[in-house]
Amino acid sequence: MAVMHEAAHEEHKLGFLQRYVFSQDHKIIGIQYMMTSLFMAAVGGVLAMLIRMELGWPGARWGLAKWLFPGGFTGDGTLKPDFYLAVVTMHGSIMIFFVLTTALSGGFGNFLIPLTIGARDMAFPFMNMLSYWLYPPAIVVLLASFFVAGGAPNAGWTAYPPLSALYNPATGTGLAAPGSGLGQSLWLVSLAILIVSFLFGSLNYITTVLQLRTRGMSMGRMPLVTWAQFTTAILMLLSFPVLFAAVVMLLFDRHLGTSFFVPSGLVVGGQLVTHQGGNPLLWQHLFWFLGHPEVYVLILPPMGIVSEILAVHGRKPIFGYKAMVASICAIAFLSFLVWGHHMFTSGMNPLVGTAFMVTTLAIAIPSAVKTFNWVATLWRARIHFTPAMLFAIGFVSLFVTGGLTGIFLGSPAVDVYFQDTFFVVAHFHFVMASAALFGLFGGLYHWFPKMFGRMMDERLGKLHFWLTFVGIYATFFPMHFLGMAGEPRRYYSPQMYDFLRGLSGLNMFVSLAAFGLGLAQLIFAYNFIRSLFRGPKAEGNPWHANTLEWQADSPPPHGNWGATLPTVHRWPYDYSVPGATEDYIPQTVPVTAAVVAGGAPDEPPTTDLNSA
Amino acid sequence: MPAPTRTLERPPSARDPGTPAIGGRGPDGTGGDALAGTPATTPARIAVWLLVGAITVLFAAFTSTYLVRRGEADWRVGPLPPVLWVTTGVLLGSSVALEGARRHARRGEMAGLRTWLTVTTLLGLAFLAGQLLAWRQLVAAGVYLSSYPHSSFFYLLTGAHGLHLAGGIGALLYAVRRAPAAATAAAALDVADPVAAYWHFLTGLWIYLFVILFAL
Repeated sequence: MAVMHEAAHEEHKLGFLQRYVFSQDHKIIGIQYMMTSLFMAAVGGVLAMLIRMELGWPGARWGLAKWLFPGGFTGDGTLKPDFYLAVVTMHGSIMIFFVLTTALSGGFGNFLIPLTIGARDMAFPFMNMLSYWLYPPAIVVLLASFFVAGGAPNAGWTAYPPLSALYNPATGTGLAAPGSGLGQSLWLVSLAILIVSFLFGSLNYITTVLQLRTRGMSMGRMPLVTWAQFTTAILMLLSFPVLFAAVVMLLFDRHLGTSFFVPSGLVVGGQLVTHQGGNPLLWQHLFWFLGHPEVYVLILPPMGIVSEILAVHGRKPIFGYKAMVASICAIAFLSFLVWGHHMFTSGMNPLVGTAFMVTTLAIAIPSAVKTFNWVATLWRARIHFTPAMLFAIGFVSLFVTGGLTGIFLGSPAVDVYFQDTFFVVAHFHFVMASAALFGLFGGLYHWFPKMFGRMMDERLGKLHFWLTFVGIYATFFPMHFLGMAGEPRRYYSPQMYDFLRGLSGLNMFVSLAAFGLGLAQLIFAYNFIRSLFRGPKAEGNPWHANTLEWQADSPPPHGNWGATLPTVHRWPYDYSVPGATEDYIPQTVPVTAAVVAGGAPDEPPTTDLNSA
Repeated sequence: MPAPTRTLERPPSARDPGTPAIGGRGPDGTGGDALAGTPATTPARIAVWLLVGAITVLFAAFTSTYLVRRGEADWRVGPLPPVLWVTTGVLLGSSVALEGARRHARRGEMAGLRTWLTVTTLLGLAFLAGQLLAWRQLVAAGVYLSSYPHSSFFYLLTGAHGLHLAGGIGALLYAVRRAPAAATAAAALDVADPVAAYWHFLTGLWIYLFVILFAL
């Protein structure tokens, strides 16, 4: 590419703003997404601590918190009920849309896709920049909802109408709950902005993977992390527009007097609502048609990351590459057919519920294929217990724990009892939230050297892992028992009913575990920030990995590859090939130079094993 | 036997197998040797179909709620502003004009390409004006956004379609400037084809909306 010389040239020409702020370089954009998401993770984490403060010690007085959140606490320091609901809503919204989606898809997707397929950048670098720069405005709009009349929305991250739809323009607050006022509108606008950002991102990812793969990089030679990002982008492209439609219609209902979701004859606070003729269940269908693919948007990229880490740090080829790709695609396809399992208690026809149960349980098959392949990859592997590897193994554990409770909840008869209890909270915090978080941490420990050219501290990383792993189980496992005992989610006080009073000890334990879990993340923050500036310099390929990104400099320069694009000759998982001189053979090494152990070679090897 | 090399500077050779027909191109399409003779798929051609996919899902969501809502007992259909027949014809005409533009582009007749692209753009603007007129007529008849469910859906669907069509006009204006200025017929089509795919999709989408709003 003559462009390369231009690109190298350009790097000197670009000012600070164009290089690091309004950058069109996929690596900078990926890092921007990552940093912003980590900031939002801190915000969402603090909100989680507030939730646990209230649930552990309902009605207690918190002097310091009152000072930090002046609007959310009464004069004597108790958390206000409507602020509690706002905190629950914002914790979910932030963690799902503004942390996990943006970090895993926006952060790793941007950074890794062009590097792993041997491209110089995304197909549409300018659109990529726009994608990132829609994200901070969405955050500003979202967080602004804390400061408007009525405060942040409190209809939950699912924003079910009519609670989220009814709005009193005169006071700026909601009819049924204060947070359903202007705060809810800001929440909706913020999501709409973010959806446009995701649309730009996924358009770019798909086009880049289809168009810009380097010589020899067939789809069957792409690393699993790239397959996962590619499939996730398709999921996002086809599911987020549905939420966009729902958001537009809900905004119309709130501000323009339409009645898409508000039924006739609704009486709220002794007042007859003027809307008529809508159906609130339509929102639930639209929301969950996005909502369920969304949880796979969160979990597929970690699945790819974990597949990569297990192979690299276990020094073994991934077990069942083709089955891994097929199961990614199967999970993505099935994820569009299961949304009804979130609505078993909505008065759904039992026959329809049964159909959704069947599709839901069918997802267990490709998920189990993946889990077995991960375990088989670990079988007799020469495991290097790096922090990345620990988090990857932790991911498998969390995914299995959470996946098993998913089988309970997928059955309508059981779900009718468990719906909206802490059992569900435990389930999704294991299978989706914590597992995705472990994928995020594992990926950060693994690719940090490539992103920043420095190594993170391993001892702190291991300490971070063990405290987080134990902290997650201590926090979320007891929630299963809370749920089985009937404790509902989203309630201000878990002790408002007699039958729940006996659970206060368990709730206190969960809260203490959650505080410990939160504090453990400070170790990560310290390690991350310190390593950015003080970490030892990383070599190009510190983990001795095969994929293309590790064959570039750390960090890769603008344009990624010197004058010539790399040429790919083999699949990405040639680790510990018998007879090879080293225990890894990068994808760029020709077949004649070293044999291929798996995947498709360029041509039948002309040499036997011993001569390699 | 040479030792395994880890250099990136492997010279490309004709015998490198596994080369995807569309791979090996840098962001500007100059990164590798595109296979000669095969019509290159450009990023824009792929992206436009992805965009069409996303917009299809968006309207599937809008219209699935419409179709569900229509099944209820209190449903009634609002008046059909006659100008919509005209705008439908205008939009169909614009798609025909756009095909004319592409025919000229295929033959390398850049002047004809420019003329027909301009005609398409003007017909697109006329369609939008007609849609606005339909809205004015409905308002004059006392049919507002919040009057009854059908009117809500009518304004929502025509508005969403109109916004996407306004984006299409932006794309057409880009094509009017860039396509006739291209050096070759293929380069002109690289600009015109994605715009045409998007525009024809919007025409088809309007027919679908028109039918479900009033005919079925």
